[in-house]
Amino acid sequence: MTAPGNLERVLARGDFAVTAECGPPRGADPESIRRKGGYLKGFVDAVNVTDNQTAVVRMSSMAGCVILKEMGFDPVLQMTVRDRNRIALQSDILGAAALGIRNILCLSGDHQSFGDHPEAKNVHDIDSIQLVDTVRTMCDEGRFLSGDEIKGRPELFIGCVENPFADPFEIRALRLAKKIRAGSRFVQTQCIFNVEKFARWMEMVRDLGLHEKAFILAGITPMKSPGMARYMKNSVPGMDVPDHLVERMASVPKERHWEEGIAICLETIEKVKAIKGVAGIHIMAIEWEGVVPEIVRKAGLETRS
Amino acid sequence: MIVADRKPFDEIMEMIAPCEKILLLGCNECVTVCAVGGTKEAALLASQIRMRRHVEGRPVEVDEKTLERQCDPEYANALAGTLEGYDAVLSIACGCGVQFIAETYPGIRVLPGVNTRFMGVTEEHGVWVERCQGCGDCVLDRTCGICPVTRCAKSIMNGPCGGSQKGECELRNDTPCAWQLIIDRLTARGELDRYSEIAKPRDWSTSRDGGPRKRVREDMRI
Repeated sequence: MTAPGNLERVLARGDFAVTAECGPPRGADPESIRRKGGYLKGFVDAVNVTDNQTAVVRMSSMAGCVILKEMGFDPVLQMTVRDRNRIALQSDILGAAALGIRNILCLSGDHQSFGDHPEAKNVHDIDSIQLVDTVRTMCDEGRFLSGDEIKGRPELFIGCVENPFADPFEIRALRLAKKIRAGSRFVQTQCIFNVEKFARWMEMVRDLGLHEKAFILAGITPMKSPGMARYMKNSVPGMDVPDHLVERMASVPKERHWEEGIAICLETIEKVKAIKGVAGIHIMAIEWEGVVPEIVRKAGLETRS
Repeated sequence: MIVADRKPFDEIMEMIAPCEKILLLGCNECVTVCAVGGTKEAALLASQIRMRRHVEGRPVEVDEKTLERQCDPEYANALAGTLEGYDAVLSIACGCGVQFIAETYPGIRVLPGVNTRFMGVTEEHGVWVERCQGCGDCVLDRTCGICPVTRCAKSIMNGPCGGSQKGECELRNDTPCAWQLIIDRLTARGELDRYSEIAKPRDWSTSRDGGPRKRVREDMRI
């Protein structure tokens, strides 16, 4: 057993964790990842690298993770089941562990019809809960899905996502319970704008005792403009942006949009921090990674080296 | 039933461009029920083809015939000796019918007049919806009679995904979320506790992933 990665250590000692997201480029230039990493250095405990988010082809999460690791980050490999069958998934899990990646986040992935290759075949050999179970089986039992023994088992801190704002609401905590039972030890939620609904979901999560079984990181996204607020409200499946926030973004002059977006984001952080069972935040500053230091600083979370 | 759509007319015209005499072959089964490949549709398409080619100044002779089933030797064999003189058979049966006619009569070109879409049901008059993918390992007993393999865009066995909203699939707002339907039915039956079961990875080898499939009943073979 090697020592746990940074994210696991921070969470295990009960510190309020801060993670951020890094979207890889639509090209082979590693500088784009390094530039984004440069913004985040010293402000986060771990960085997620997305896996072809919104089903648009980008540099692989694995490559992004390695570049960030070279910069001293504890990267989180995002892995969707959209593009790879169980053979490729398990192979990449071994590869990630071999490259020193310590965290994995298991997701379904956006359907390819939303991306740049809508004519692609979708795989979905296993689903995200089955992927969590697969990683756990590989790490804890040293076996592949086939039952064959793994020589040199991987060591990974397993995470999942959950969307408290998708329907049906009443099973959203139950579904998380399944993911945790399958082996998830940390959870990142969908971007929170409707804090009241998130608080209700957390209540159900606490009723099931899930906050004691896994670390729950609240998803935070700063809005850049009223246009972005409206787009997320109307066009992104599973996103819940209340009208009053869209109106608030629209109520300030253009030159103050960023400021207002950051202010809303800081208020959200304050509120979710106060909710029992929230172990940290995961900041998804979409194509706006440079704003993360300001958010972390102003939220009073700048305690990390 | 198997549901199909007629191919775009221009595509059909391009396929038969070199022909001077064709047989338009309908099928009296699924494609008749979904109103794309029966006697009536064969007659309509035949007239359309004749008119277009007449306008183009290159008349084509189009005969029509509808078999009881194009996918069965009992009926397909009935065409024996009748295909002399045709440049092609334009079949408006599903892909099974087109292929079976083609393999029964390898000497003649058999062209597809429809795009075969899915196995489905008639939800209402004029609306057909997919219900089964023929995965070869039915789970409907565990999912309240609603198939997540077919009706969930991601074939999620432990759904719903994070894109389910207001009962709709994230792909299209005219498509119900299969897992919302399953949960509604579990709730109505007072069986929501069954939702906690984690479905294990499926064995897709019974599906098309295991290669082309075949079923043999030795006791029925002659």
